[in-house]
Amino acid sequence: MSQEHATESAMARPPVTQVGAVRWLRENLFSGWLNTTLTLLTIYILYVALPPLLDWVIFNAAISGTDRDNCTYAGACWVFVKVRFWQFMYGFYPEPERWRVNVVFIIGILGVASLLTSRVPTKAKLIVGVCMLTIFPVFAVVMFGGGVFGLEYIETSQWGGLFLTLTVASAAMVGSFPLGMVLAIGRRSKLPVVKTFCVCFIEFFRGVPLITILFMASVMVPLFLPEGLTLDKLARAIIGITIFNSAYMAEVIRGGLQSIPKGQYEAAHALGLSYWQGMGLIILPQALKAVIPGLVNTFIGLFKDTTLIYIIGIFDLLGMVQASFRDTKWLGLAFEGYAFIMLVFWIFCYSMSKYSQYLERKLNTGHKS
Amino acid sequence: MKKLNILAAGAAFTFAAVGAAQAQTSPTLEATKQRGQVNCIVSEATAGFSSPDDKGVWRGIDVDVCRAVSSAIFGSPDKVKFIPTTSKVRFTALQSGEGDILSRNTTWTLVRDVNLGFEFTGVTFYDGQGFMVRKSLGVKSAKELDGASVCVSTGTTTELNLADYFRANNMKYNGVVIEGADAIIKAYESGRCDVYTTDKSGLAGDRTKLSAPDEHMILPETISKEPLGPSVRHGDQAWGDIVRWVQYAMIEAEEYGVTSANVDDLKANSTNPVHRRLLGVEGDLGKMLGLSNDWAYNVIKQVGNYGESYERNVGPSTRVNIPREGSPNALWTKGGLIYAIPVR
Repeated sequence: MSQEHATESAMARPPVTQVGAVRWLRENLFSGWLNTTLTLLTIYILYVALPPLLDWVIFNAAISGTDRDNCTYAGACWVFVKVRFWQFMYGFYPEPERWRVNVVFIIGILGVASLLTSRVPTKAKLIVGVCMLTIFPVFAVVMFGGGVFGLEYIETSQWGGLFLTLTVASAAMVGSFPLGMVLAIGRRSKLPVVKTFCVCFIEFFRGVPLITILFMASVMVPLFLPEGLTLDKLARAIIGITIFNSAYMAEVIRGGLQSIPKGQYEAAHALGLSYWQGMGLIILPQALKAVIPGLVNTFIGLFKDTTLIYIIGIFDLLGMVQASFRDTKWLGLAFEGYAFIMLVFWIFCYSMSKYSQYLERKLNTGHKS
Repeated sequence: MKKLNILAAGAAFTFAAVGAAQAQTSPTLEATKQRGQVNCIVSEATAGFSSPDDKGVWRGIDVDVCRAVSSAIFGSPDKVKFIPTTSKVRFTALQSGEGDILSRNTTWTLVRDVNLGFEFTGVTFYDGQGFMVRKSLGVKSAKELDGASVCVSTGTTTELNLADYFRANNMKYNGVVIEGADAIIKAYESGRCDVYTTDKSGLAGDRTKLSAPDEHMILPETISKEPLGPSVRHGDQAWGDIVRWVQYAMIEAEEYGVTSANVDDLKANSTNPVHRRLLGVEGDLGKMLGLSNDWAYNVIKQVGNYGESYERNVGPSTRVNIPREGSPNALWTKGGLIYAIPVR
């Protein structure tokens, strides 16, 4: 079919090269000599790399059985991940007590989900939100730790795996967000003491590596604490991560605050709103909306940073998997372990990023073109 | 009693104890009894020395030391809280009092013994740096490694020992310095270097990670001394004594043929005075340590003797597979260095 033919009759179908998959391919993959070269190169790389990878991951892999002898060196030994799966999820948490973790996480997921969907009315959301921030953390700590209401006491050293990763990450996220907000507002304050304090705080914690903070929290703090006063190692680590991330959070939020035109502040004043009312009702909602990508970025970074607590001997998902492939029985299965960790982390981080995109679309009120 | 330089916390106990009783008192022992568990600092994961098994139970030679101490004190090997640490925080964990025993494949050196304020209670494993090469390389001795490329991990004494050894023997090498044991073994396997060097305990385990372990061999030379053993804080010698004599009891049990299998029988029937003293049938050895007299019986019954612990954790039946015959870790009667000071 030629071009002239198509314009002669409106009823005639467009040429094959202009529709469907062929058009898409032409426009996206073969639109010029550069793109064509890159496409061919990519196909070649996939052709070379994919078959061995698939062989390793799927075709030659061992999944049945419960023992190392079920594995060969030809492919991945998923038996290892299968046998250790629940340990990766809960760490050393005693098996008969794991329902406690499940209950807390189910309630947590329901609570968060109800805050995230648009089907729940705003008033109900407010109640749920306040409960999630006040009652729920206490409930979670009581359920995890026990020692009251006839629940068996379980030391934090028994906590581990993905459960611990999620606990640390959510505690640090929930803690660092408000702290970061306060620091951001404080840094823009006209009061010199408040401003200096916030600047010093942010610059200090942004200027040191997280590992040093964790190290300090884990081994130095107990040396400084007075005799008899102890703070749990995990709690110290969570506080350390929270403080560290609040500094980053503060700078992201400050970026948002600075993007709000002066007129908005003045309008708030003109309406007779106090400083805090203006902040809460006019400035912050706009500022936070503007920095959603930055906030989610920080959250994802925080989520992945939690793996660093491994350095102070707390077994999060990464630590648990690493410890497992040093067990004499499963020696040498590091690849399988790391592949599993990659998958888990990717699922969580990708979901967070997807949700932030959804949020941006939902909150888009058309200020920006 | 030799308790003169005990720290402030222990001072009161000390004055009460001097001349008062035969039994030693140890602030750490008292605290441990009150707590109901021994706080034991172990490695976060070192194959054969300490690692959690499928059920989350800690296993390994280093772990067994703490389990044995728990058996001696409580009559149960499970009253231990394991505190996994990385090598970076292990010393502060003991210094800060977070743990009572540091049993984490730690080399006993003068600096650590004196300067860090620790007291090493014995050697559980004589380790030393060695070399692994491909058999196809045709090398039979480390002295033939001139010009080889050597994979070594960053910032460890391993790197320094390597440099010293090659310089002392007038040889050159290309160091391929990599962080992390798993990355190094992959680099070695992919041919980035001819030689892989680390402590022999690690080499044996790492060899099993290779896709064809039989194509590689460990060279006979041991170029460094790495005596690994548990340690405790300075200032509570009585506690150090307990850990030390628990270790010696395990070795003496092996020397005199006492195993977890026959210990009940020997306790009931043996007429050998060594057995009778060790198992608490005669004498008051346990009481002197501030323990019950069946302390060593419990250790052997519940954890086993030194040989049993070795075989179970790093012996040829495990994947770690560090042969004991002909190594320094054989009993002294078989040409090794494992020797117990008499438990009497």
